[in-house]
Amino acid sequence: MHLPPLIAMHIPDGFLSIPVSVIFWVISAFVVGYSLKRVSADLGERQVPMMGVLAAAIFAGQMLNFAVAGGTSGHLIGAALATILLGPWAAIVILTCVISIQALIFQDGGLLVLGTNIFNMAIIGVTVSYMVYHSIRRLAGNRTWGLYASGFASAWASVVIASLAAALELAISGTSPANIALPAMGGIHALIGIGEGLITVGAMAFLHASRREMFAPGSASTRRGGVVWVAGLLFALLLAVASPLASSHPDGLEWVAEQQGFLFKAQGPLYNIIPDYSFPGVSNTATATIIAGIIGTLIVFAVALGVAYARHHKTSEVPD
Amino acid sequence: MHIHFLDPYRPRDSLIHHLDPRIKLAWVIGFILANTLMPSGAWPVFILLFALILSVELLSTLGIGYVLKRSALAIPFVLAALPLIFTIPGATLLSFNLGPWVVHTSMAGLTRFLSIAIKSWLSIQAAIVLAASTSFPDLLVAMRAIHVPQLLVSIFGLMWRYMFVLADEAGRLIRARASRSGTSQLPGAKAGGSIAWRGRVAGGMAGSLFLRAFERSDRIYMAMVSRGYDGEVRSMPLPRVHGAQWAMLAASLGVFASFLVLAYLLWG
Repeated sequence: MHLPPLIAMHIPDGFLSIPVSVIFWVISAFVVGYSLKRVSADLGERQVPMMGVLAAAIFAGQMLNFAVAGGTSGHLIGAALATILLGPWAAIVILTCVISIQALIFQDGGLLVLGTNIFNMAIIGVTVSYMVYHSIRRLAGNRTWGLYASGFASAWASVVIASLAAALELAISGTSPANIALPAMGGIHALIGIGEGLITVGAMAFLHASRREMFAPGSASTRRGGVVWVAGLLFALLLAVASPLASSHPDGLEWVAEQQGFLFKAQGPLYNIIPDYSFPGVSNTATATIIAGIIGTLIVFAVALGVAYARHHKTSEVPD
Repeated sequence: MHIHFLDPYRPRDSLIHHLDPRIKLAWVIGFILANTLMPSGAWPVFILLFALILSVELLSTLGIGYVLKRSALAIPFVLAALPLIFTIPGATLLSFNLGPWVVHTSMAGLTRFLSIAIKSWLSIQAAIVLAASTSFPDLLVAMRAIHVPQLLVSIFGLMWRYMFVLADEAGRLIRARASRSGTSQLPGAKAGGSIAWRGRVAGGMAGSLFLRAFERSDRIYMAMVSRGYDGEVRSMPLPRVHGAQWAMLAASLGVFASFLVLAYLLWG
């Protein structure tokens, strides 16, 4: 048994520029803080046990997979399911916990870029699935097919839109060209989204059969909130419109990426201190690399010796 | 708490394990920040950073092999940066025909790609050492210290407590499925129905897991109330950090900063 690799959407450290990471940390912190408050008002002292255990359930639920084709498998991601069953605020809190634990404990996604990953999967994922779910359910009225169609569509849309957001952030950071990253990410996730949709519908069918009250009027799955719906619509529209634009005109994003690069390179005068970018006494990069290699090896060697010595010391101290 | 295959914590009696979790977290964030800010192509500085993290791995006595094996997790995502080799303009390194297209690879693109790959590989190693050398309750202390809301820290704590219980629950569900809609050794014979059917079954399992968790959370809440829980989360005051550990952190951050300055002066 192993954890399914969530390669495609958990951005690791080193892939996003600092401005992008910081901006999304700030946005995510604000939204998650507000969600916590909303859930507190809703659940009161029940909040801690319920959110904790359900976050653990979504985490464990991601182990449930099914064979698709050629050795690949689909598995649950859970943004749509949590949103449908518990409402958007609780879903944001739960997914934030899941994504944070994945980054902190399992290195599935980076730490510095955690704010961005929370934004993509918890905030965009939840608001978009909320918007799609409630729109389709409303259109379908009280029919059962509307329940499943909205479940499938919201799961699919949350995965695809979140992946587009990730691709755009990579492009803005200059680590992946927009005209390749966007169609590639979108394409892969359009397939992953089908798996997510199937699982979400399966879970809804099970719960509809065993706990119909979860979908009854007045339950979290029918309550509607305007702000989240509008936010979901905005994210979906923005990313659906921006993506084809960005991938057909990647120059704009490259320009942004370059501007960001210049942010750190703008301190031009430094260059003049040392002419030709070379250190006095060190004629070129090759020599510098060799020197760094020697210094690095010496450091590691010294530490290894130290550790070995300390261990030897410790074991010889123990009387036999 | 019982030992679980999911828990990456490896208890050892090492210098790194004895460091205060807050110091460790700050060190790791500082290291990743320095990595992320490093200009492309500053190979000598990357070597020095690698020596630094390798030393920490040695000091932690976790085993270099263990850390390197886990760090392979970072490799698949590198694919996202691979196209840079072909799209960044620069001196042509190699060009070849791919059907109707001529593909150029540039030196500048290769430099950028390799730099991103190295940065993320070095960063993930620091995160691995943090997770493997720090117990989860200690990480919660570090979270409180950086002012993660107390409510969220409590939710993390409870999540961690029940993650293993529910992972075992999920394991049981998977085992039950494997024993009932089993796989076949016969060539061409597929296990259990169409993709849609298999997806639906996995979904049913997810729903059942969710329901069990929901009911369990109710029981947990009752148990907490029976022991006097009133919604207020009380925790011990944060212990003091040793002066020597502060000094160590300050020195490390100084080293990161000087590496950055060096890199920008020479290769920026």
